[in-house]
Amino acid sequence: MSKSIKELERIAVQIRIDILKMLSEADSGHTGGSLSAADILTALYFSKMRHDPNNPNWNERDIFVLSKGHAAPALYAVLGKSGYFSTDNFSRLRKLGSILRGHPVRGITPGVDVSTGSLGQGLSQANGIALASKIDNKKKRIYVMLGDGEVQEGQVWEAAMTAAHYKIDNLCAILDNNGLQIDGHVNDVMSVDPLPEKWKAFGWNVIEIDGHKFEEILSSLDKAEEITGKPTMIIAHTIKGKGVSFMEGKVKYHGVAPTQDELEKALKELR
Amino acid sequence: MTIKLGTREVYGNILAELGEENKDIIVLDADLSGSTRTSEFARKFPDRFFNMGVAEQDMMGTAAGLAIGDKIPFASTFAIFATGRAWEQIRQSICLPNLNVKIVASHGGITVGEDGGSHHCIEDIALMRVLPNMTVIVPGDGYETEAVVRTVTDYKGPVYIRTSREKFPVIYSGDCGFEIGKAKIHHIGKDVTIIAYGLMLHKALDAAKNLRKEGIDAGVINSSTIKPLDKETILEAARVSGALVTAEEHSIINGLGSAVAEILAENNPIPMKRVGIRDRFGMSGKSKELLEHYGLTERDIIKAVRDVMSMKKGSCQSRITPITNQKLSIKGRKLQDSSRFTAEIAEKIQK
Repeated sequence: MSKSIKELERIAVQIRIDILKMLSEADSGHTGGSLSAADILTALYFSKMRHDPNNPNWNERDIFVLSKGHAAPALYAVLGKSGYFSTDNFSRLRKLGSILRGHPVRGITPGVDVSTGSLGQGLSQANGIALASKIDNKKKRIYVMLGDGEVQEGQVWEAAMTAAHYKIDNLCAILDNNGLQIDGHVNDVMSVDPLPEKWKAFGWNVIEIDGHKFEEILSSLDKAEEITGKPTMIIAHTIKGKGVSFMEGKVKYHGVAPTQDELEKALKELR
Repeated sequence: MTIKLGTREVYGNILAELGEENKDIIVLDADLSGSTRTSEFARKFPDRFFNMGVAEQDMMGTAAGLAIGDKIPFASTFAIFATGRAWEQIRQSICLPNLNVKIVASHGGITVGEDGGSHHCIEDIALMRVLPNMTVIVPGDGYETEAVVRTVTDYKGPVYIRTSREKFPVIYSGDCGFEIGKAKIHHIGKDVTIIAYGLMLHKALDAAKNLRKEGIDAGVINSSTIKPLDKETILEAARVSGALVTAEEHSIINGLGSAVAEILAENNPIPMKRVGIRDRFGMSGKSKELLEHYGLTERDIIKAVRDVMSMKKGSCQSRITPITNQKLSIKGRKLQDSSRFTAEIAEKIQK
């Protein structure tokens, strides 16, 4: 499934367009953090991960856990585009009876393995999936994406200890380090720095990358796979609202959907 | 002589035995494996046992992940830490996706004894019963514990089981059987029926025996499944007995008593009384002393039976004093004041 960087960049533009359109149609949801995660999700689903959209329950598939569940639109965009379900569903985001709920729910959306939305819980679940895979001697890789505001949750650090203690090396976490959370700058709300040192101190292999450069994303995911005896944390420096000039680095767009005007402006920029 | 058996001991032993035949069973504990008795499984199957340290939230999440990976995780710690500390993890990571996780928590109730209020879990049934998809079970003795653990291993979905620190008398012998959602009817009384679970079951049986000597026909039902509650059996008891008493080592708020009251209120509102802890925290003491202090003895059940029977005989006339217009108008004035304040805020927001 290896695609060229150019192809991935082209897909990522389409993913951003889908994210913005579905959020605008839903008239609520989390724009900024969906856009900051878009490139990493594109790299995972269209290049790195072994998965089969026609067989969502394939036993040997790699697993992705969106611990920062509010970026659901980004996950739905890549799942829909991969073929897990019809992209017609995009316009039904957050609507009654839709398979695309406000936050991911296992059993409701094809391709979603883990229910998230309440922050801080995805890493523990990823650990559990990875341990089960190890017990069964499966080769699958487990990916989990966390937000930087999310690591303020104590459970994240409990899970960080577990992953290192049990040498869960089939696990690769990615931190979407966009620097903003709903109440403001992460380090104004509750400082989380220094992130690399913290994860290293917890016994993790740490890689820092630009989370919008496909070469860096892909090479870090490859490097993580070579590490044995410890889990890997990829700290991805990202920009909240990435791809839409007037949303980039703006706290305002954390939990707000684009208006019709904003959507048109944004689409013009992206196309 | 009465034989006493600890439900946690039985749990630990059966789990270690089930681990032989069922390789999908994975056990997690949060640094209390000696107390919850998962230590026996840990000794026999170190590769399928994960000590998560003092981190109950992470333990529940990891258990959820193992269930996603098609394992049958049993997660154990003390009841208060399982259901209190990690409640939202159970809700989000286990119950919402309806995952096959078994939470078996020891040290439920006040018979934890000397450790005191911080460790007395008198809210676990309430906290677990409110969660959609969750099954809630408290076995009535050692034998039933074995039947429960065997049954839930084959059942797919979230289950909460409470075991106790205290050993209590054996009621059943051999294979007593257990079916989720089916109460064990010992007897349905003509005068009253007592519905109990766990430690209170043998007290209910003793109370019924003594009441019979006075000519009161008191029945006993073991409602070891608190959710889903055996509605059919409870309504049958209500119909025959005309009065019910519930007895539980739990807060009277949102435990078995509340669950029975809900069914009665909606279907057949007959008199009932609840024996339980009356909205208080526990404190240090010996288990026996605590049971007496908090009103969880055979004597308390008998008193509840007498009270409920007097309600049964009494007339159905309403004793509620109607609210006078004057009282209403006083309340109305206050309401107006507070609504004016809200209106001001609303106005500000609109601007």
